[in-house]
Amino acid sequence: MAELYSKNTSNSEQLKPSKKTIRFLIDYSKSLKIIKIRKTNYETFLN
Amino acid sequence: MFFNSNVMNTKSLSDAQLVCNYISGDENALSILINRHQSRLYGFIFSKIQDRDAADDVFQDTFIKVIRTLKRGNYNEQGKFLPWVMRISHNLIIDYFRKNSRMPKFKSKNEFDIFSIISDDSLNIENKMVDAQIENHIRILLDELPDEQRAVIKMRIYQDMSFKEISESTGVSINTALGRMRYGLINLRKMIDKHKINLIN
Repeated sequence: MAELYSKNTSNSEQLKPSKKTIRFLIDYSKSLKIIKIRKTNYETFLN
Repeated sequence: MFFNSNVMNTKSLSDAQLVCNYISGDENALSILINRHQSRLYGFIFSKIQDRDAADDVFQDTFIKVIRTLKRGNYNEQGKFLPWVMRISHNLIIDYFRKNSRMPKFKSKNEFDIFSIISDDSLNIENKMVDAQIENHIRILLDELPDEQRAVIKMRIYQDMSFKEISESTGVSINTALGRMRYGLINLRKMIDKHKINLIN
């Protein structure tokens, strides 16, 4: 009876975002620079 | 204070420590945070939206907000990084449903499509002509827009591309694409008002 129930959950498919999305976020973060001039923040993106 | 993630086992670093490292300039800390929480966050988003592409967009928009807030130094660490991120995604999910309730979409799933055999007889000849005229007016107005704004609007409306796809296609940030869309629509409204064009059939 115990064989019917699997405790191994590693086979279950975990929902994850696409690798493309993750890659984009990492690249976005690397390129985003915040420059603070006086009290104002300016966002710039480095290529 | 900077916690050296190269020396310590990264798995032992708490979210607060990773956030601190990230704010200090360690980009790898962001990768660890995303990797640690992606399943739970994406699962939460997908459970509401039930569409992988849309869930990807919301996930991306969530972390864009996270990244911008952290880099601007506007985050107050109270040991609740994940609840904060989940709250952002929750608000974006609400925005998604609000936007989609205004623009309902029908997606054919390549199964039997009832609309393939039911024809819409409600559009008589006159309405079809008016419809075609409106479409033509819109295209003329679009041609009056700056190239970048026109391109984004066409990709969004006619090609149904997400802002992520538009951003990748045009080589600009998502924020820039959003800005171009926004100003494009503002300019379209101005032209419609100026020329007193009626776009309602």
